[in-house]
Amino acid sequence: MSTGRFGDRLFVLGTRGSGILLLVIIVSIGAFLIWKAIDALQANEANFLTSQVWNPNGRPPEFGIAQLAFGTVMSSFLALIMATPVAIGIALFTTFYAPRRLAAGLSYVVDLLAAVPSIVYGLWGLTFLVTKMDDVSQFLNDYFGWIPLFGGDSVGGRSIFTASVVLAIMILPIISSISREVFAQVPTANVEAALALGATRWETIRIAVLPFGRSGMISAAMLGLGRAMGETIAVAMVLSSAAGISLHVLRDGGGTIAGNIANSYAEVTPISQGALIASGLVLFAITLVVNMGARAIVARRKEFV
Amino acid sequence: MTAIGSAKKPSASTLGSVSPRRKLTDRAVQGLVYLSFVLAMIPLVSVLWLVITKGMARFDGDFFSKSMNGVAGRDEGGGAYHAILGTLEQVAITTAIAVPIAVLTAIYLVEYGRGKRLAKAISFCVDVMTGIPSIVAGLFILALWLLTFGFSYSGFAGSLALAILMMPTVVRATEEMLKLVPNDLREASFALGVPRWRTICFVVLPTALTGIITGVMLAVARVMGETAPLLLTIFVTKSINENPFEGPQGALPTFIWDQAADPNSTAIDRAWTGALTLILLIMLLNLAARLIAWLRRPARR
Repeated sequence: MSTGRFGDRLFVLGTRGSGILLLVIIVSIGAFLIWKAIDALQANEANFLTSQVWNPNGRPPEFGIAQLAFGTVMSSFLALIMATPVAIGIALFTTFYAPRRLAAGLSYVVDLLAAVPSIVYGLWGLTFLVTKMDDVSQFLNDYFGWIPLFGGDSVGGRSIFTASVVLAIMILPIISSISREVFAQVPTANVEAALALGATRWETIRIAVLPFGRSGMISAAMLGLGRAMGETIAVAMVLSSAAGISLHVLRDGGGTIAGNIANSYAEVTPISQGALIASGLVLFAITLVVNMGARAIVARRKEFV
Repeated sequence: MTAIGSAKKPSASTLGSVSPRRKLTDRAVQGLVYLSFVLAMIPLVSVLWLVITKGMARFDGDFFSKSMNGVAGRDEGGGAYHAILGTLEQVAITTAIAVPIAVLTAIYLVEYGRGKRLAKAISFCVDVMTGIPSIVAGLFILALWLLTFGFSYSGFAGSLALAILMMPTVVRATEEMLKLVPNDLREASFALGVPRWRTICFVVLPTALTGIITGVMLAVARVMGETAPLLLTIFVTKSINENPFEGPQGALPTFIWDQAADPNSTAIDRAWTGALTLILLIMLLNLAARLIAWLRRPARR
C-alpha cells in the first residue's frame, strides 16, 4: 500500500476530519449549553437545584429544576416498571414461543411501534387515552388509594400516570428488540442441555436463557429509561401543567424538563431562553449518566454488541 | 433463533411424566408471554385505527394544496401544503448534511481507525450522540445558530438540529455494512496496486451500498417525525415559505402540534390528517428501505 499518495492523504484527512467533527459537536453541545445558561443562572433569584418555581419572566426571575426533574424521573421510572416485563415477554414470545415462520413478521409488527412518531402518540394520548385514563385512575384511586402513589383526592386523566403509560408504549420496542438480540445469542448447547435434562419450556428459559441475558436486559431497560427521560412532545401534550412536587401520580398536572421546554418554546426573552437551556443541560446530564451506565454494563459483558 | 420444545416429546412411560405443578407453571408463563404480546398490540392497533379513521375526514385535495394562511381554528378547509413542503425540504437538507459526514466517519472507524485511540473516542461519541434527547439537539442549535451566530428561525436551522440526531444512526448502520464486506475484496484490490482510497470508493463502498442506503432511509424516517427540535428552530408559521434558509417554516410535526392545541374539532381533524400523512410518508420510506434490502440482498446467503 502506498499511503504516501496525494489522494490517499486527502481521503484519510476527510474521513478523520468527519470523525473529529463529531467529537467537536458533542463537546460544543455541552459548552454552548453551559455558556448560554450562565447569564440566566446568574440573574436567577431562586436556588436552581432546589426551587420548585418556574417563573423566569418574573421580576426578579425565579426558576428551579426540582419539580421538573422530579416529574422526569418519576414518569420515566413508572414507564420503565410498566414496559420492562411486557417487553421481555414480547422478546421471549418472538424468540421462543411464536411459530418460527411467523417470528420475523411478528417482531417487525412490534418494531412498528417505534416507527410511529412521538407527535402521533401525543395526539392519540391527548384525544383518546386521556379520557380512558380518567376512569382507570378513578378506579385505582378508589380501590388502591391506600398505596401512597395512587392516593390523593383530585384524580384526572392528564396526570403523570397517563404520561408514563404513553412513555411505556414508546419504549417497549427498544427494550424488546435489544432483549430479542440477546436471547438470539444464547448458545444452543445451553438450551439443549436444559431440554435434555427434561426441563419444561419455562424451566429452560429460567435456567438457560434468563441468566445468560441478564446484563443485556438490564442495559436494554436503561437505554429505554434514557429514551423515556428525553421524550418531549408526547408528554408535553398529555400533561396539563400544575405546580408542585406530589407523589400522587394520578393527580392532573405535573411537568417534565423536556415537556416544559416544548411548552415554552415561544419564549424569547434572553432570561427565559437561558432558563430553558439550563434545564436542557440538566436533562442532557441525566440522560448521559443513564446511557453511559447502560453502555458500561454492555461493555463489561460483551456477549453482544 | 431456536424454538424450544419443537422436538417430539418422549413417551411418558419411559421417562415418567412432568409433575402437575411444573406443567401448570409452564402453562401460566406461556399465557403471560402471549398476553404481553397482545398487550403491546393494543396501543398499536388503537393508534393506527384512530389515525386512519379520523385522518380520512380531511384527506382531500385542499389538504394537500392549501396552507393555513388566514384560516382560523374553527374554520373549515385549510391544508398542510406549507407543512409538507417544509418537511420535505428540511429532511432533504438534513440528509445532505448528515450522510456524507456520517459515512466518512464510519469509513474512518472501520478502514483506518482500528484500535486507534481517536477511533475509540469517536465511537464513544457516536454512542453518546445516539442517546441525546431530541429536545437537547434543538436547544443546542438554538444556543449556537440563533443566539450566538444571530441567525433567525429557518428551515435550515431545523435541518441542523435533525442532522445531529441523524448522524449517529447512519454511522452505526454504515459501520455494520462496511464490516460485512469481505477482506478478500480489499486484499485483491490492493494486490492489483490500487491505492487505498480508490479501493474504498470503488470496491468497498459499492459492495456495501444497498445496506447503507437502507440505513439512511430508516434514519430519514426516524428524524422525519421529530417535533421538539423543530419547535425551537423553525418556529411555527401558517403560511407557505418556500425558502428553507430564511424565516419560519412549516413542518408536518409542528403542524400537528399547532392544530392539536386548538380545541375546535375542525382543527383536531386537520391534526389527525396531518398525522396520517406523516405516518404514510414514514411507512413508505420504511417499506422502500426494506424492499431495497430484500431485492439486493448479498449473494453470500
